[in-house]
Amino acid sequence: MSHHTFRHRGVIKVRCLFESGGFCHSYFTLLCPIILCTMTKLLEWVFGVSLIGIAWGLVTFDLLDLQLPPQYKDVAWPMPIYLLVVFGCYSLATVGYRVATFNDCEDAAKELQAQIKEAKGELKKKGLKM
Amino acid sequence: MQHFRCLYDVEDANMASRRGNTKTHLQSDKYSVLLPTYNERENLPLIVWLLVKYFGESGYNYEIIVIDDGSPDGTLQIAEQLQKIYGSDKIILRPRAQKLGLGTAYIHGVKHATGNFVIIMDADLSHHPKFIPQFIEKQKEGGYDLVSGTRYSGDGGVYGWDLRRKLISRGANFVTQVLLRPGASDLTGSFRLYKKEVLEKLVERCVSKGYVFQMEMIVRARQLDCTIGEVPISFVDRVYGESKLGGNEIVSFLKGLLTLFATT
Ligand SMILES: Nc1nc2c(ncn2[C@@H]2O[C@H](COP(=O)(O)OP(=O)(O)OP(=O)(O)O)[C@@H](O)[C@H]2O)c(=O)[nH]1
Ligand SMILES: [Mg+2]
Repeated sequence: MSHHTFRHRGVIKVRCLFESGGFCHSYFTLLCPIILCTMTKLLEWVFGVSLIGIAWGLVTFDLLDLQLPPQYKDVAWPMPIYLLVVFGCYSLATVGYRVATFNDCEDAAKELQAQIKEAKGELKKKGLKM
Repeated sequence: MQHFRCLYDVEDANMASRRGNTKTHLQSDKYSVLLPTYNERENLPLIVWLLVKYFGESGYNYEIIVIDDGSPDGTLQIAEQLQKIYGSDKIILRPRAQKLGLGTAYIHGVKHATGNFVIIMDADLSHHPKFIPQFIEKQKEGGYDLVSGTRYSGDGGVYGWDLRRKLISRGANFVTQVLLRPGASDLTGSFRLYKKEVLEKLVERCVSKGYVFQMEMIVRARQLDCTIGEVPISFVDRVYGESKLGGNEIVSFLKGLLTLFATT
């Protein structure tokens, strides 16, 4: 009996928190960014990869018994490899493109050479002994 | 051209205040340039000459702090001569007795900086002082906490790099961008302008040494929610003196990258 009222009170308390003043809401909107911000990059990656992994496992092995159409499974199971290949290609293409379009600053080098000559002349006049 | 702007501002103060108080900025802001040197006897006079030239043309208040680590080639003696030529208010010498590394050279230099902004650059002529006025304008434009020179975007670029070096550089940059998402395109470059108090705060937090130090500065800046501006620069490989990009450097870069990845 007393157990029952206790639980009952607990439920009311939680509901009050939800409804009055939106305590839980503000608590979560405050806490989530803090957690996300203080996560190291490593943790962010672990977090992201496990989310994808869980989604993949759910569909491929039908862990929730959702009785998904078999086509879903066929698309899902090679997904990780597919994603890896796409990412690899993207990386290679990006780096390759950036190497190919890396500016060669010929003019800057020429300008510097001319300025070095000018500077040497002027510094000598001012009495600098190298 | 900037010269005229100064005169113009004096004549028409009204106009100046409407354009964001250019005049008062020019008078109250001071830029301390930190030049760490180790065996740069040939480069130091040239970089100082260029700095004097471009600061003179743009009219900003400045000082140059030379931090020499007991270079055996006599860089310090050259610096003393330069101090005589340009005045001890412009050239400030803060030498140390032995080679203690780049990171601590910055810490040492900042302690003696009297400006409210600090510019960090290499003394080997790969960072050209002509970009400094652009850094300053960029900083004023957005009120940025730090402005970083970038070789990787816009008109930025390099000179004297072969394909191998370009590939390593671009590859390392890509991996770093993917892993750390730092909000700046050039992490290992060391041509930057900082608000002095921001630099002090960052330097206090940085633990790594050498190459990785520059990268950590940007990553810490992101952690502290600093605002970052970028100016494309051309990076011309050093003409005089020794360069030292070897396999060793790549290994220490990777180590540093992974450390930052796991801890920040
Ligand atoms: N005070 C001080 N300055 C240093 C030390 N090591 C390097 N420097 C200076 O720091 C700047 C950058 O060093 P660099 O040797 O050019 O290093 P880098 O730019 O990574 O490599 P390269 O230009 O390819 O040689 C230069 O102005 C050096 O003279 C040091 O231990 N102490
Ligand atoms: Mg260099």
